[in-house]
Amino acid sequence: MIETDEKYEKWDLVIQPRRQWFELHLRDLWRYRDLISLFVKRDFVTFYKQTILGPLWYLIQPVLITIVFTVIFGKIARTSTDGIPPFLFYLAGNVAWGYFANCLSQTSNTFVRNAGIFGKVYFPRLTVPVSIVIINLMKFGIQLILFLGFYFYFIASGSPIRPNLLVLLLPVLVFQMAVLSLGSGILVSSLTTKYRDLTYVMSFAVQLWMYASSVVIPASSIPKRYLPIYMLNPMASIVELFRCAFLGQGVVNVVYVSVSWAVTLVVLFGGIILFSRIEKSFMDTV
Amino acid sequence: MPETVIKVEGLSKQYRYGVIGHGTLYKDLQSWWARVRGREDPNIRITSDIGPGLDGEWFWALRDISFEVQQGEVLGIIGCNGAGKSTLLKILSRVTIPTRGSAKIRGRIASLLEIGTGFHPELTGRENIYLNGAILGMTNSEIKNKFDEIVDFSGIEEFIDTPVKRYSSGMHVRLAFAVAAHLEPEILLIDEVLAVGDVEFQKKCLGKMDAVAKGGRTILFVSHNMAAIHNLCPRTMLFDKGELLLDSTTDQTVSQYLNRNLLEGATASAEEIETRMEGLIRKKQPFIRFREIALLDESGFPRKSFHSDEDIVASIDFECLQAVHDLFIAINVVDENAVPILTTLNFDDPHVTESSHGLKPGLYNASCVLPANTFGGRRLYLTIHLVYLKTEHLVVNKILEFEVMFKGYNNRHGVGSDVFVRPQLSWAIRPGRREGLSSHKI
Repeated sequence: MIETDEKYEKWDLVIQPRRQWFELHLRDLWRYRDLISLFVKRDFVTFYKQTILGPLWYLIQPVLITIVFTVIFGKIARTSTDGIPPFLFYLAGNVAWGYFANCLSQTSNTFVRNAGIFGKVYFPRLTVPVSIVIINLMKFGIQLILFLGFYFYFIASGSPIRPNLLVLLLPVLVFQMAVLSLGSGILVSSLTTKYRDLTYVMSFAVQLWMYASSVVIPASSIPKRYLPIYMLNPMASIVELFRCAFLGQGVVNVVYVSVSWAVTLVVLFGGIILFSRIEKSFMDTV
Repeated sequence: MPETVIKVEGLSKQYRYGVIGHGTLYKDLQSWWARVRGREDPNIRITSDIGPGLDGEWFWALRDISFEVQQGEVLGIIGCNGAGKSTLLKILSRVTIPTRGSAKIRGRIASLLEIGTGFHPELTGRENIYLNGAILGMTNSEIKNKFDEIVDFSGIEEFIDTPVKRYSSGMHVRLAFAVAAHLEPEILLIDEVLAVGDVEFQKKCLGKMDAVAKGGRTILFVSHNMAAIHNLCPRTMLFDKGELLLDSTTDQTVSQYLNRNLLEGATASAEEIETRMEGLIRKKQPFIRFREIALLDESGFPRKSFHSDEDIVASIDFECLQAVHDLFIAINVVDENAVPILTTLNFDDPHVTESSHGLKPGLYNASCVLPANTFGGRRLYLTIHLVYLKTEHLVVNKILEFEVMFKGYNNRHGVGSDVFVRPQLSWAIRPGRREGLSSHKI
């Protein structure tokens, strides 16, 4: 008995049929941290090289969308912006949402897009979605600076908006968005290996999700009765909190934030369980 | 005493033909809901009660494989296509998981299942070295240490800061192999990478593999190149249809492989020919009919693989159902795209012309010797034409596939073997210029 145990110990790697439900290989992921950073670098460099305007796109995109929202919802439909200048209101929502949406739509492609390389070499598959979440962080940073530029411009030109202490929670918010998008992204990417239909659903599902996440219509405009249901959407709470931190208006309380975190963690673990199940055998099904 | 670095026990891998699952979320939910309510699954296949349909059929890509590899061994793996060699490497490199059994590994394992994986066309050679190295499992500092060596080995220093998309395919392969060759894992899995690149580079690669092996590291080498297997591996395993047939010295295994390869697909029966036949056939009253087509070695034994220094006999059994005059038989050796490489007719031989003139009803055999030292080391196919007057023209395209192992002339193994035709011709090298010219000049 002791002898077999000892023998077992000596092997560096035992390849066998899937046994556990939950295998994360976090140590493996750490060993491949250089790969993650190289993936990040690759995506950044190729984006920069392939486009004429390069990182400028990161700035143009949210500004254009914000202008469209300002015109359509702010000027024509005249939906509530909690008394905040519409441009800042939509820009804040778009910058926060943009990070989440980019992470989600890119990570949800993980298996299908990388089928070729996954079929040839082993490396922890989680490196791909993790690197996507990181590269988008860079993009988010640039957009955040853009937002701050407009923000201070509005303050300087006399808008009665002031930041408050919630700003200190910004890193936590970003972290939560990263976790949530990683979780839902790998969940969807695992499902798409089996249900290809989901690829088509994703692009407009992300769109619809945006409208349910306080980006356009603030939570304060939601009827009180439905608010608890509305706030089950973790992104709604995140966007509200983000806006509240900078612009002083938003539906924020401890219960909603806790619910948001709870949902985020459930999604993350659900995603990891599915992902670790799929990552070993998906080569046989794709 | 050398350590066991790979221990494979009862390893099996099952694949499924066709599509897995219903493929759409809606149907799966429907099935699930029916099961929850205890109803019959509305999507169940009716055919599955009757018999195994193609859709859900399982097959074993690997069946109960067990072997051990000691540290520093260079182990060859051979077998026909679909024998399970690549599946084995895929399991060992963790690309897929086994269905049963286990493989235990000591030390770091890296595979060259296909080199250049993860190369990004927009990135420069330098950037790709880092990226590719990391994908293959190297850390940044390891690559930094080896960087100069890698560039040196690839021989493309001048282009190292050029985007890979501007590389020729040869340069691409060189760079990719250079990275892979400097991996320095304890165990290296290689699958047919030597098929690419020019001869010079192939030599370099084989040299590198040899050096790696001498450095005490373990290599598993899957190849169809018997010469390379002979040169590199003292021990070789033969796989067939997912089973490990033989695990022995390379000499024994290779000859067993060549002998076995033989029967299967070395002859084509009347039924096979029938299904593959094209052309003008008078169904009602055929004059002629194929019985068997075969490739034989000098001793009359059907085979699929030949050495280039052996005669190959193409044999055609046919039946004349009526008296036939001036039967015209053509044997074409073609490549995989059915492009002819060699053509020979029964009328080419003056001795045969007589005997093809009047054939009474009955069985006949036509044979032709494809002489030794004709072909290079490529995969070839046989196409047969049988023409009688203008009314019957039977063609069987690519009915047999065969392989020639180029032996080389004068002990120069494999040089210039990657061609279809490689005869030994007479040469002369004399001092001075060509004859007419030299007399003129003086």
